[in-house]
Amino acid sequence: MTALAGGYVQSVDWLAIAPPTITAAAALAVLVADLFLAERNKPLLGWLATGGLALAALFLLPLRDGDRRTFCLTSDGGACSYTADHFAVVIQLLVLGGALLTALLSMSEVHDRGADNTPEGPDTDPEGRGGDAGRAGSEGRGGRGNVPAGEFWFLLLSSAAGAALLPASRDLATLVVALEVASLPAFALVGLRRGDRLSSEAALKFFLSSVTATAVMLMGVSFVYAATGSLHLSRIAGALGHVDPRLDTLAQAGVVLTLVGFAFKTAAVPFHFWVPDTYVGAPLPVAAYLSVIGKAVGFSGLILVTVLAFPAYADVWGPAVAVLAGLTMTAGNVAALRQRPDRAHSAVRLLAWSSVAQAGYLLVPIAAAGYADSSGDAAHAVGSTVAYALMYAAVNLGAFAVAALVTRTHPAGRLSDYRGLYASRPAAALALGFFLLCLAGLPPGVIGLFAKVTVFSAAVDAGLGWLAVVMAVNVVIALYYYLQWTAVLFRAPEPAAQPTTGTAATAAAAPATRAVPASLTAVIGLAAVLGVALSGAPQLVLRFASGALL
Amino acid sequence: MNHTALQSLLAALIVLPLLGSLAALLPAPPGLRGRGPDQAVLRHGVTVTGVVLAAAVALAAGFDHDRPAAMQAQTDISWIPALDIRIHLGVDGVSLPLLVLTALLTFLCALYGYFNMPAGPSPKAFVALLLLLEAGTLATFAVLDLMLFFLAFETVLIPMYFLINRWGGAGRERAAWRFILYTLLGSVVMLLGLLLVGLKGGTFDMVALASDNGSKLSHTTQLIAVLAIGIGLAVKAPMWPLHSWLPDAHTAAPTVGSVLLAGVLLKMGTYGLVRVVLPIAPDGAHALAPYLAAFAAVGIIYGSLACLALVRTGGRGDLKRLIAYSSVGHMGFVLLGIATLTPTGVNGALFANIAHGLITGLLFFLVGALKDRFGTTDLDQLSGTGGAALYGRAPRLGGLLAFGAVASLGLPGLAGFWGEMLAMFGAFRPADGLSRPAFLTFMALAGLGTLLTAAYLLLVVRRVCMGEHPEEEIPGTLTGASPEPGRRALVDVRGYEFAAWTPLVALTVLGGLWPAALLGLSDPAVQQLLAGGH
Repeated sequence: MTALAGGYVQSVDWLAIAPPTITAAAALAVLVADLFLAERNKPLLGWLATGGLALAALFLLPLRDGDRRTFCLTSDGGACSYTADHFAVVIQLLVLGGALLTALLSMSEVHDRGADNTPEGPDTDPEGRGGDAGRAGSEGRGGRGNVPAGEFWFLLLSSAAGAALLPASRDLATLVVALEVASLPAFALVGLRRGDRLSSEAALKFFLSSVTATAVMLMGVSFVYAATGSLHLSRIAGALGHVDPRLDTLAQAGVVLTLVGFAFKTAAVPFHFWVPDTYVGAPLPVAAYLSVIGKAVGFSGLILVTVLAFPAYADVWGPAVAVLAGLTMTAGNVAALRQRPDRAHSAVRLLAWSSVAQAGYLLVPIAAAGYADSSGDAAHAVGSTVAYALMYAAVNLGAFAVAALVTRTHPAGRLSDYRGLYASRPAAALALGFFLLCLAGLPPGVIGLFAKVTVFSAAVDAGLGWLAVVMAVNVVIALYYYLQWTAVLFRAPEPAAQPTTGTAATAAAAPATRAVPASLTAVIGLAAVLGVALSGAPQLVLRFASGALL
Repeated sequence: MNHTALQSLLAALIVLPLLGSLAALLPAPPGLRGRGPDQAVLRHGVTVTGVVLAAAVALAAGFDHDRPAAMQAQTDISWIPALDIRIHLGVDGVSLPLLVLTALLTFLCALYGYFNMPAGPSPKAFVALLLLLEAGTLATFAVLDLMLFFLAFETVLIPMYFLINRWGGAGRERAAWRFILYTLLGSVVMLLGLLLVGLKGGTFDMVALASDNGSKLSHTTQLIAVLAIGIGLAVKAPMWPLHSWLPDAHTAAPTVGSVLLAGVLLKMGTYGLVRVVLPIAPDGAHALAPYLAAFAAVGIIYGSLACLALVRTGGRGDLKRLIAYSSVGHMGFVLLGIATLTPTGVNGALFANIAHGLITGLLFFLVGALKDRFGTTDLDQLSGTGGAALYGRAPRLGGLLAFGAVASLGLPGLAGFWGEMLAMFGAFRPADGLSRPAFLTFMALAGLGTLLTAAYLLLVVRRVCMGEHPEEEIPGTLTGASPEPGRRALVDVRGYEFAAWTPLVALTVLGGLWPAALLGLSDPAVQQLLAGGH
């Protein structure tokens, strides 16, 4: 039996696949434990999930050398399906670290809501006017649906497992599977708040547009398979170099359609319409998760297929990604600029649009890779994307964490609610100011500035001068709204609400003194420490921009 | 002084204000609490800026004045190998005067603020921002790496924005926005230019790039780079027609903000032109110099005409705005000097830089004092029908204002004279290959500008300092809401005001009588920069 199958059975390097495997195992453990835990012990689930993620992240340590590969074909050439190279390890670190922060961020969200089932009385918006504000009111703390703890942690870990698998996948089938494992639980996470209309609507929107993108991508993958006869990225790269001229159109269509799927995940134009509604409808930690890990999944998949599988068609996808990058950042920034500060959820909306814009910056080095002369140069260029993404992950999660903190006292989540935050919570205001300046790329957010510099230099290096100029204009637009938000933090607090609002005013004043959960403080603190450390020693992440990762 | 001591002095110039800025946010330690938290933090600001000034003076004393062209007190540490960014600090004859000027003006501002804190939120943030601003400006003049230069250039924006936005006067929010948006737009373009230079030149090190003297950059690259970098610096300088942020920002800023904005921040633009553009991309600079000169000449005329319009009776001109426009004119001379690409012109530009910092700093202080006393800087309200009669009512203040005005118009014997004369002299015989007739025209325009400048400044003196001494005065109140500012009793120069202004007056006289002290420093360095660092 063994002798017979020996030629076909692939050996498995368990250590190499430990990070996604542990995450998946933890997901199952949480799901099972949920059945046996009493209601009051549910918070244990959160710590179990966090522990699982931390353990998975720890198992990245032995993989630092980046020389492990497994699930290799035993015949001809030995193309591998799973490679734990430097790129994979860094992205896995990003994914697992981001998921860990998200888990900490969710702790209070899930368990506070799970615990106090009693509605907190009528929670009307203090300045309720018009439909938007009314909608915000119905979503106040009491009105919000509860998040079921067990399912939440299971879905979060499953999605993280898929996201951790993706950067190491080296064949199209594994890539698609990983992408779906990362996405499917995300739909459920978005719609998890029971009895919340906005949440279900957001989930449906997200689901439908995502499924369309997946279908398109699968078609692309099948075209590529038809044209090249392989699913392994390295072999596709070889085969695409000399495609039968009759199949050339098919291969080109396959390349473009495959990219569409990943472009959707990164929320690139024109696949970005789902973002703001989904972020607003989802529980806040889930929005944070989507904005960081969802994007990481998208762009790492994009990097893998473009740089590893389709280098022969760089003249097709290079300009396409460049145009996409320019459009994405412009659309995101212009929409973010148009957010009215007094609209309900404008803070999360602004973060959502700004994340669309940031996705545009992330795409720039990938586009630059399309113009690279050699595969080494291409790998070098995408390093800028990785460096930028690491910065973005830390800082954006921090910003979402502060938003979560503010939403606890101001459920409407308007930008105007941040006015005078420095007076009531100086540390949180300083942290948010720092995060926003990092996102804007302005000192003292040194890391944000230099991450942008690497992206700029990738573009200038590749001769994409026009894209660099478009990005420069966008950086200024973005500076406008980030700075405006920062300035609001330090303005004098609004004078006390008029007596006419009566009970609402007192209701708004009362929760201002609520204690901040330790897990939330930890997330903000961790993100701030990361941001400050990186600002002092940008080399920590920027070295990925100088060395070839792939 | 040995090398290590100089090195640490230069590093301290940047690190001290940064640390001081952080420390200002923390509660005062026991023993340093003073008369209350506000007083303690303001005193902290004076102490830190005082120490920084002492360090700057010590650096100037230890500087080897026999070799001003050599980069001294150099520190060169790798910071971000991925981008080849190094913490490279150094000082030569071009940057040393600017470092001392910055340290001096910031110290004087901190001192002035200690006694006369502008109305606004807590002094804690004020001091922290002031120190951060100082760190950023000093770093701009001390770093020798293009990316660090950019970083330092940007660092000053946030503190200045908040200084204007939180402690400013009427229209401050709009003015602060304009200031930061204009400068950011310019500096992002500049970043692209710097990156282009760095990537094509193979390094971000200014010294290495200067000694390459553009030999590694093609003509097109140099043109694009100079255009991009030039736009960023020209917004800051400011060059007409990119100046329109400046009058609003100066008018709205608190006194201390105006002094630093005019005295130090504008210099970052012209310093960048001399340090980055001239030596690193000489071909590009050569091609674009006539345009720069033309804009500079227009700026000179435009600035003085704007001032003349403001000073008219019934023009409702604001004295602060007038001095802001006069800055556009004065910086026009600096830009003209740089555009000649000759040692004479560039030396003149650097001299005019320092002189403008001293004189305009003094003028903004004086106008701030007028505002404190009269509650307005509107010329029509100040002078009423006849004149504000400052000579009669507050003779010392009036005298100082007249001194500042004549220094600003370029009276020989005061600092304002030499720089503008040298800049025009440079334009008389521009560098080889530049069109002489064009530059002669610019020189003539600049000469006309000096006449117009003299005209409006003398009108200011006539309207503010002269006039009939009112017979009856309502005694006592300083800030009382008397409808007629012309009728109020005036306090003459106070002690702390003397302390803050005397150094500026003394240095203005010194610079006028002994220009060699400054020119001797800058000339060898300029010769070397123009010759390509050899």
